[in-house]
Formats: sequence, structure tokens, C-alpha cells
Amino acid sequence: MQYIAPTRPISMRRFFEKHGWSYLFVLPSMTTFTIFVLVPVLWAFVISFQKYSIRSGGRWLDPIYDNYVEAFTSLNGIFVISIRNTLVYSAFTVIANIFLGLILSSLIQPLTHRWRTFFRAAYYLPAVTSALIIGMTWAYIYNAQWGFANYILRLVSLPPVRWLSDPDIALASVTLSAVLTIPATAVVLYSAAMGSIPTEFYEAAEIDGANGIQKWWYITVPLIKSTTLYLVVLYTIASFEVFERIYVMVPSGVGNSTQTIVTQIYNNGFKDFNFGVASAQAFVLFVMIATVAALQFRFLQSDVEY
Amino acid sequence: MTRRFDPSTLMVWSVLLITTVVSTFPMYWLFANALTPITAIPPLTPILIPAFSLENFTRLLSTSKYYPSWMINSLFVSTAVTIWHIFFDTLAGYAFAKKNFPLRTIMFWLILSTLMIPIHVTFIPLYLIVRELGLIDSIWALILPGTANAFGIFLMRQYIQTLPSELEDAARIDGCNEFGVFWNVILPLCKPAIAALAIFTFVRNWNDFLWPVIALNKAQNYTLTVGVANMQNEFMTDWGIIFSGAALAALPMIIFFLIFQKYFLEGVRMGAIKG
Repeated sequence: MQYIAPTRPISMRRFFEKHGWSYLFVLPSMTTFTIFVLVPVLWAFVISFQKYSIRSGGRWLDPIYDNYVEAFTSLNGIFVISIRNTLVYSAFTVIANIFLGLILSSLIQPLTHRWRTFFRAAYYLPAVTSALIIGMTWAYIYNAQWGFANYILRLVSLPPVRWLSDPDIALASVTLSAVLTIPATAVVLYSAAMGSIPTEFYEAAEIDGANGIQKWWYITVPLIKSTTLYLVVLYTIASFEVFERIYVMVPSGVGNSTQTIVTQIYNNGFKDFNFGVASAQAFVLFVMIATVAALQFRFLQSDVEY
Repeated sequence: MTRRFDPSTLMVWSVLLITTVVSTFPMYWLFANALTPITAIPPLTPILIPAFSLENFTRLLSTSKYYPSWMINSLFVSTAVTIWHIFFDTLAGYAFAKKNFPLRTIMFWLILSTLMIPIHVTFIPLYLIVRELGLIDSIWALILPGTANAFGIFLMRQYIQTLPSELEDAARIDGCNEFGVFWNVILPLCKPAIAALAIFTFVRNWNDFLWPVIALNKAQNYTLTVGVANMQNEFMTDWGIIFSGAALAALPMIIFFLIFQKYFLEGVRMGAIKG
């Protein structure tokens, strides 16, 4: 709207008249971001190279990367075990979530609007409940004495299982509880993606004599690829960060068998107050998540839109 | 299309039915137990049909003296953080969507990139900062960091980008300043996105656990999730109280969801970040 002659240099006053409001609008958000996210991230990076105590502050380590060495070697390499546990949990959870999400959204797609809404709501209901309470409920289901899981085993005359106290089984039990939670976000996003595929594609395939399964495999699945990729990243990041479920289902950790990356960060940081090692471990998680996010970015760039 | 009793139709419906049961059963069982008077260890034959008695709940409220304050704390934190995000995320989203100012892109990417950072990285410095501010064991320790969340800014920017600019220009011609344009034109047009943002922010803060458990120490200052997690230590064998405490903590969000279902599902789609 305002005409500024291109040759005249813009004065400070002009600059603020033009952009002052914009900076004012982003100022509150930028301020809280700086104080509560950006500064903490940078500071955590510094602390990960320090021995830090609340009383005397930080002291640089010699060698500087000592926390990272300690993170991986202390207590017989429990952190390595917890990374492995996290990866096992994530692999099963992500694959199951994508698979279930894809199948269920495909199944509800041809239904009437009313039924589709009903199923999406039924699947979504557990997602509004805190992971902590879901975890508690599963801990009751797995209770060795009066839990529902062992009741089912009794019904079919199988011996009871110590779901959460047997170190060989506990991680599998926790993973199973995550697998059996229907991936609501996947169902909703897949439904939306499937709804936006032009019907001409299917009509063309019908003329070529494709049956229902062929249409699904050759048209639907490839065209929702970018949603799949997004969901893989979303669920991978979420399962890398698994904590509440473990914290409440196996508070003791059953030896090392259910330690995950975040339980290690929590234990080192806020039980042992070993801030340096906990920060180093948090940055290992950071790198893992950044790698996953970067892979998504790489794949999306080569993606074909329709 | 409407052939009944087709074997494949039967299979589809049984899959849908089974997954619905699997998905909702844990919550159902929790509520069935909570609504059946239990004072010690639950019966070996699981309670599947509740007695619809509120006895556990009345015992909960008379024995667990801090439960009401946990609920008020959760309510206060979630409401305060939600109000912040409704107003300031829309404001920032408007600037990022419609204004062209130096450093805009850098600032936006800086905020967006925090969506990729595991929040756990920030907890130790955040603890030190909050401690320095004297806010440990105060609900402000949850509210202040809660205002720094990128989801809403991203959501609002995406939404405002789709709005036509003609209305803003019309308001400017009528003599509105930039804030007037935001307040009279943008904010009312953003209602659907704001509904989704408000719901997600509220639920996220209500259900938050790890940071609250770090920042709060005294029982009277807990939020609901932290309090409920600690009930197991306090009422070790009185499972009726534990069940009803957990059920009552989940109930508000379930009711909330049933009322605003449409906005939840819409919000999941709007919030999906691709590329």
C-alpha cells in the first residue's frame, strides 16, 4: 500500500512503522521460546560436557567428552541395553501402528459417514486419556494375582504368567500393551488421505478390470505414501520417547530389562542428580530423533504429488 | 453394494468390532472396577459388569485429602496455558502467515524446529531456571514453560494462510490499525482452528506427567496425573480408592472428547505437518 521510492534509504522510523506491529505480534511467543526452549537446549549441550552440581555450578571435564563415555560405560553399559530396549519397543510398536492404521482406515472407508465417525471416535477415545492412566490400567490388567490377562489364561487352563515381574517377559508385555492401543491418529490421517484420492483413478482401474484388493494395493497404498511416511516418523519419535507407560507399569525396572532411554535420563538426572551424564544421554536421544526426522525430509523431497 | 451376509462383509465387521473392544476395553475395565465397591484386593473373577455404586468415589474424596486440590491445579494449569496459546499463537501465526518482515523465515523455522527436539533435553536446564526463579513446587513451574509450544503457532499460521487478504485490507481502509485488523477480522475467522488448538492444548497439559513430576515435590501442589501416580504408594492395598482415583482423573477428558469430538478429529488433520 505504502509507496517507498526504491532509491531512498529506509529510515529507522520508517522501518518500525512498517514492521513494528509484526515484531510486536511475534514478541511474546519468541520470548517464551527463547527462555524455556532455546536457552535450555543450548545450556543442556554445555552441561553435557560438564560436571554440574546445583551448589557450585558447572566445571568443564577433562577429557571434555567424559560424560558421553560415562553414559555408555557406567553400570555395565545399562544405557546401551536401554537403547536396545527402546529400539525393540519402537520397532514392534511402529510396525503394528502403521499396519493397524492402514487396515482399519481402509475397512471403515466404504462405510456410511455415521459408522465411520463412530469407529474413529471409538479408536480415538484412549488417545485423550493420559499415557500414565492407560499405563496404570494395563498394570492392573497384567496383575499376576487378579489381573484380567491371567484370568483369560485360567479360562483356557494355561498357567499364569508373571507379566510385569518376569525379566524375560516384562518388555514384551509393555510392548503388547502399546500394540493393542489402536493408533487413532493413523486411522484419522489415513481416512483423510484416502478421502482425497480422485475417484477417476478407481474408475480407470475398474475399466482395466482391477478387483478391490488390486485397486487398494496399486492405487490407494501408493497414493497415501506421504501420510505413511509422516506417521512412521511421528510414531518412531513417540516410541523413542516412551516413559509414562514404563514408569507406571514396571516402576522397579525389573533389573535392566525394561530400562529405556528416557527412564535412564530421568534416573540419572532426577534421582541421582547426575546432570552431566543425563544431558549427554538426552543428546543421544536428540541425535536419534533428528536422524529419523532428516530421513523423512529426504524421502519427502523425492515424493510425487498428485 | 448392499449385499448382506456376504462373508467378506461379515469379516470386515468382526475385525472392526474386535478392534473397537480391544481399544476401549482397558478404560471400560477401569471404570467397571471404580464403580464396584472394593476395599481390598479385587476379586479373582474380574468385575465386568459394574455395580454402579459411587462408594469408592466417596471414600476417595474423604480419604485422599489432596485429591480436590490436584484437580484444581490441573484445571488451572491447563486453562492458563490454553488461554495463552489461543491468543498469542493466533497473533504470531497471523504475523508469520501474512506479514513480510526481516528475519521472519528464520524465526519461524527456529520455532518449528523445536517440534523435532525431544522435550527431555530441556528438562535439566529448565529445572535450574525454574529453581532460580523460585518457582519449584509452584504451578507456575508448569504454566510458564507450557507457553513455549510450537504446535499452535504452526497450526494457526497454516490456517491463516488460507484466509483471503481482502477483508484485512477492507478493515485497514476503514481505519483499523494492525491490532484492530487482528482483533476484528482474523480472530473471528479463526474459530475452527482455535477450537482445535484449544482442545489439544488443554488435553496435552491435563495429561502431562514427566515435567510435573520433576517440578512438583509436595503432595498438596501435585497435578492430577502426579497425584494419581503416587496413590499406589499411599493406598497400597485399597484398590477401590486407586481405581476410582484413576477413573476420575480420566473422566473429564473423556467427556470433553465426546462433546467436542468433531473438533478433535478435525484438529488431528489440521495439525499434521508434512514436509
